[in-house]
Amino acid sequence: MLEAARCIVVRDLLVAWRRRSDVATALLFFVIVTSLFPLGIGAEPDLLRSIAPGVIWVAALLSCMLSLGRLFAADHADGTLEQLLLSAAPLGVIAAAKAFAHWLVAGLPLVLIAPLIALQYDLPAPLHPVLALSLLLGTPVLSLIGAIGAALTLGLRGGGVLLSLLVLPLFVPVLIMGAGSVDMAAAGLAPDGQLLLLGALLIVAAAFAPWAIAAALRISME
Amino acid sequence: MLEAVDLACERGGRSLFRRLSFALRGGELLRVAGPNGSGKTSLLRILCGLLSPTAGAVRWEGTEIRRLREEYSKQLVYIGHAAAVKDDLTAAENVRITCMLAGRRVSPRQIQQALDAFELADLPVKRLSQGQRRRAALARLLLSQSLPLWLLDEPYAALDAAAGRLVEELIDGHVARGGAVVFTTHQDTRVRASRVIDLDA
Repeated sequence: MLEAARCIVVRDLLVAWRRRSDVATALLFFVIVTSLFPLGIGAEPDLLRSIAPGVIWVAALLSCMLSLGRLFAADHADGTLEQLLLSAAPLGVIAAAKAFAHWLVAGLPLVLIAPLIALQYDLPAPLHPVLALSLLLGTPVLSLIGAIGAALTLGLRGGGVLLSLLVLPLFVPVLIMGAGSVDMAAAGLAPDGQLLLLGALLIVAAAFAPWAIAAALRISME
Repeated sequence: MLEAVDLACERGGRSLFRRLSFALRGGELLRVAGPNGSGKTSLLRILCGLLSPTAGAVRWEGTEIRRLREEYSKQLVYIGHAAAVKDDLTAAENVRITCMLAGRRVSPRQIQQALDAFELADLPVKRLSQGQRRRAALARLLLSQSLPLWLLDEPYAALDAAAGRLVEELIDGHVARGGAVVFTTHQDTRVRASRVIDLDA
C-alpha cells in the first residue's frame, strides 16, 4: 500500500522534473505577483510591512490554483487515471499521494522562497520563520482541498474557472489563519494560536480529504 | 469466475443494453461484438468496476465487485482505449510504474524482455508513434500472465500485423493456461472466442 503511494509520488515528481518549465511558471507567477504590489502601491515601508502577510498568502493561493487544474486532468487525458482507479492500493491512499506530490511541486517551493519575497516588503527578520511556518502548515491544506475540487471538475468544459470558483472560497480559513499568524507576530503577540489552528486544519484535511478526493474521482470517471 | 447478472447500461439517456447475463470461467475467451456506440467499452468498464451499471451486478467468485474493490482490481488487467502511458516517462518506466501500482514487483530484466518482445526502444513515450504507444501499453500483458482475468478493449487498434500476431499469441496462451479473457475488436482475429456477445442483437 505504501509502496503504491511512494510509486505515485516518485512518478509525479519525475514527470514534474521532466516538465520543469511548468513548475517554474507557477513559482515565477508567485514572485511576479508579489513584486507587482510594491510597484503599484508605492514604496512606503510601513504600508508594505503591514500588507506583506496578506499579499504573500493571496499570491500563494493563486499560484497553487495554477497547477491544480492539471493535477488529475493530465492523468485523465492519457488514460493513466483509469489505471490508478484499478490499482491494488485503496484509492484514498493514491489520492493522498497525488496531493502530497502536488504539494512537493507547487507548495514547498513557495515556503522556501517566501522569506526572500518578505525581504522585498521589509518584513522584520523575526517574522520570516513565522511566515514560512504558516505556509508550511497551510499550503498542504491547499493541495488537499484543491484536489477535491480538481477531481470534481474533471472532464468538465470550462473546468478551470469552475475549479477556482469552487475552491477559492474554501481556501478562506487557511488564508485568514495564515496571514493572521504573521500579523499577530508583527503586533508583538504570540502567533501560536493561529499556527496551532492551521496545524489542526492540516490534520483534519489530511484525514478526510483523501477519501473525498477518491469519491469525487469515482464520480467523475463514470 | 466472473459473473454478470442482468446488467443494464444507460448512457446519456439512451439504453445501450439490458438484461445482459453471462458467466465466464477460467480458460474461456469472450468476444464482445457490436457496431460503434453499441456499448462495448461501457460493458468492459462495467466489468472492471470503473463504471457502475444502471441495473444488475458483476460478481467475482460469487462476491459483488463493488464490495471487493482493490481486492478485485488485483486480479485483473484492463487495457482501455487510451494507452495509459505518460508522455514524459520512458516505455520501461511506464511499464514498471503500472505494474507496481497493480501490486506486482517486476525486475528490470522482465521489463526489458517485455519491451524486446514488442520491439520497443526505451525512449520517452512522446517520441513514439501511436502504434508504439499501444505496444508499450500491451507490454504489460507479458508481465500479467499470472492474473486470472484480462479485459482488453480493442487490443489490435493501431497495431501492425506482427504486433497483432503477438497479441493473438498472448491471448491464446493466457486462455490455454486457464485465464479468462474478455475482449472487443473490429478487426479479424485468429483467436477463437469460446463465446460471443453481440450487443447489437
